[in-house]
Amino acid sequence: MLIELTDIKKAFNQGKPNEFWAIRGVSLRIEQHKVTCLKGSSGSGKTTLLSMIGCLSRPTSGRITLGERRLSGLPERFLTDIRRHTFGFIFQKFNLIQGMSVLENVMLPAYPLGLNYTRLTKDAYRLLDHFNLTSKAENPVEWLSGGEAQRVAICRALINDPEMLIADEPTANLDTRLSEEFMGLIDELRRSGKTVLITSHDPVVFDSPVVDRVIEMCDGLLVER
Amino acid sequence: MIDLIRKQRYLIDFTLSSLLRRKGKNLGLLLVYTLIVFMLASIMLFTHALRQEAGMVLQSAPEIILQRMVAGRHALVPADYLEKMGSLRGVTDKKGRLWGYFYDPTVKANYTMMVDEARGLTAMEVVIGAGIARAKGIGIGDYISFRAYDGDAFSFQVKEIINPVTELVSSDLVLMSERAYRATFGVPDGYFTDIVLKVRNPREVRKIAEKLSMRLPDTRPILREEILRTYDSIFSWRQGIVFVLLAGAILAFVIFAWDKASGLSAEEKREIGILKAVGWETADVLRMKFWEGAVISLSAFILGYLSAYAHVFYGSATLFEPVLKGWAVLYPEFQLTPFIDGLQVATLFFFTVFPYIVATIIPIWKASITDPDAVMR
Repeated sequence: MLIELTDIKKAFNQGKPNEFWAIRGVSLRIEQHKVTCLKGSSGSGKTTLLSMIGCLSRPTSGRITLGERRLSGLPERFLTDIRRHTFGFIFQKFNLIQGMSVLENVMLPAYPLGLNYTRLTKDAYRLLDHFNLTSKAENPVEWLSGGEAQRVAICRALINDPEMLIADEPTANLDTRLSEEFMGLIDELRRSGKTVLITSHDPVVFDSPVVDRVIEMCDGLLVER
Repeated sequence: MIDLIRKQRYLIDFTLSSLLRRKGKNLGLLLVYTLIVFMLASIMLFTHALRQEAGMVLQSAPEIILQRMVAGRHALVPADYLEKMGSLRGVTDKKGRLWGYFYDPTVKANYTMMVDEARGLTAMEVVIGAGIARAKGIGIGDYISFRAYDGDAFSFQVKEIINPVTELVSSDLVLMSERAYRATFGVPDGYFTDIVLKVRNPREVRKIAEKLSMRLPDTRPILREEILRTYDSIFSWRQGIVFVLLAGAILAFVIFAWDKASGLSAEEKREIGILKAVGWETADVLRMKFWEGAVISLSAFILGYLSAYAHVFYGSATLFEPVLKGWAVLYPEFQLTPFIDGLQVATLFFFTVFPYIVATIIPIWKASITDPDAVMR
């Protein structure tokens, strides 16, 4: 599904002395089945924009549409439902839940759907197998290396089979070799028909041939190329 | 429907694994919580059972006791009062009683001395309560001596020890013949300690008491229901004292629970953020935390209540015995008959489980309604 942003603005602490406009008017179309990279230095507003696209927060003004559906203005319940079915998230610090096993972490997004346990476990193992993690399934996540944790985060993002994958600075905690490996996995996902949106200021990501489009941001605005 | 049940199962599953992840903290909380429920439930069960027990024992007591008063004090009743009161409709039996107290300096305890003609005791025989037998280390066939009013000492042979089932009220009791009683206390013939009346219809008791007061103006009728009420208030008063003593402990627990519940750790807040970001609804997070609160408080309630039950009905409430049973020196030893009052269980449940769940849910709700994008920062 096509995502379209029209004149999106986002303010933090609005009306207070420390009011700050993180996004100051962004209009953008994100193509389906493509890998798009939001590039920019820290504080440029790329994570804020990403979180609004992924229904994790709402814009202060402007319109976001997903296909025919207008996202901005939907109540929280509907946003959660869209988030659950449409987007899979990979966070900068992976955000795996400590103390739980790899398998449980992967299955976590599917718990509220009340799926059949056997089917869910089978799906989780299929993903873990695909990303070479089967042997780690029962291990607690704190035993994993950076690259393994990253792959577990990808599995978790894919468990509900979303159309779009959103990755925020996915290579920030990885060395060059693992970063390149990660881009290889992204390429694989694109080929399987997923739309991928990445924020990064890592050249391994935005210079990668896997990325179809690079959008540069600075001070809450798009930088025209 | 199946999906909904499965969803709840997943949430409970996640909750249990969350609890296990913070084993130390949660076990500590469970322990303190259980202890509080245990103490409160012990007191409630114990006083309630005592009240019931006393009530049951007093069921067979006479409906009216008539005492003569001289200058506002209890005095001996002349035997002719039995005739003077005349015939009263509804009274099935009336008779004079002889009883009193005897202080035994050797065991530093007071005995209740009573005449019981129905047992056919000779002037040299007595029947004693189990408390006295224990305190003096005597049994059936042994001798017990009492120093009479005039300084003479009389020895009596123990014919029987009273059935321990009634020990709550018979622990310090000595039953003897009328002759032995009068010789020991110097109560002349023709006088009784008080008069007891049996009334068949409980609704007539008050009317009969009224008539007695009119016909014998220097007497005071004491009704059985008044005695029951006095017992009741004594037990309630003691229960109150223990509750006050426990208030400190309860307050400490409230602060502990509140701190645990309201002070969500950064890790817990982060977890809530992650769950919301990966697609959990606010309601799912709340449900999960509800299960967490419910698992802890219900386990604590059940464990605490069951151990209190065992403590009271199998362990004779060892911890609270001295303050709840009374000031007697000869403590009765008895097994209480288990009585459970549904309302009391509900009250305890309401005041322990309910506030905890609420205290846990509010801060979680606050944390879970924030935008999940916090995890991205």
